[in-house]
Amino acid sequence: MRFWKNPEQIVWLWGVLLGIAFLGIGISQGQLAAIWRKATMICMECIGIG
Amino acid sequence: MKKLRLIVQIVFTVMTNGYAYGFMSGKIYQGNLKYACVPGLNCYSCPGAVAACPIGALQALLNQRGFQVPFAALGFFFLFGSLLGRFVCGWLCPFGLVQDLLHKIPVFRKRKILPLHHILKYGKYVVLFLLVGVGSMFLFGGFAKVPAFCKYLCPSGTLFGALPLLAANGMLRTQAGGLFFWKLGILLLIIVLSVKVYRPFCQYLCPLGAIYGWFNRFSLVRIRWEKEQCISCMACEKSCPVALSVREISRSPECIRCGRCVEACPNKCLHFTGMRRQNGSPEPADR
Repeated sequence: MRFWKNPEQIVWLWGVLLGIAFLGIGISQGQLAAIWRKATMICMECIGIG
Repeated sequence: MKKLRLIVQIVFTVMTNGYAYGFMSGKIYQGNLKYACVPGLNCYSCPGAVAACPIGALQALLNQRGFQVPFAALGFFFLFGSLLGRFVCGWLCPFGLVQDLLHKIPVFRKRKILPLHHILKYGKYVVLFLLVGVGSMFLFGGFAKVPAFCKYLCPSGTLFGALPLLAANGMLRTQAGGLFFWKLGILLLIIVLSVKVYRPFCQYLCPLGAIYGWFNRFSLVRIRWEKEQCISCMACEKSCPVALSVREISRSPECIRCGRCVEACPNKCLHFTGMRRQNGSPEPADR
């Protein structure tokens, strides 16, 4: 029970929940698809050509 | 601990770059795993990469027309950062592994940090703000925005993406020009510097380290210091590869959770933990 009474110890948990929420919003906005599109084509900038 | 970390680093690097066919054909993996990001700096144009690079993903979202908050990339950062902090840098980053291996080469007198470290360590925040943030939102190449960090700086892209792709793909090789040689120069500089200084790219330039460093204060995986048991022998400070004091180890954004201090402590008052009690005393299970 002490674990839940000490807010400093559960900041990471809030971070995880926020991360999941952000991912959910990102998915709903089609952002994962945008990441996939970029990641599945050779990134010319990354390899110093583009 | 050292051996375990090396094994984890190698296994994770092989796992996340395990698309062997890509290396032979000079093509990259195009499957569904690339909807997700790996935690470390791992170029998605590496022929073997099976997932996306988080910094590349952030820039891809900032490069989109108009402006939208890059929620998906932030989600990955919060998830990995809150759980692991810079443990990612120490244990799971392929480019970190490369620098670790280079630093083992027994030439030059080794240094932990560069002169002016107290100023240079903020370089990674400048890179994050100027190249990843402002650069990706406002820098145009033709009519499209460009991922400025990937284009002008990222040595991981040159090492894991450009070199294997150019070696296997003749078409791409003919297109390599000034920009490629600029990036190759940066890579060579970092390689040489890594032999002398411990992880120069991670300490001074990596935007991903800057992001995860912010989570170090409260991430689940931390190093706990039992102050009461400490005999101030300074073994931890001497062993720390990034020259942190014992007071800084648990919270500093520079700590990459390599665990050398944990290993060096003769009194076992430093250890990895999921949780840290506020007063620093041992948890009942530790007694």
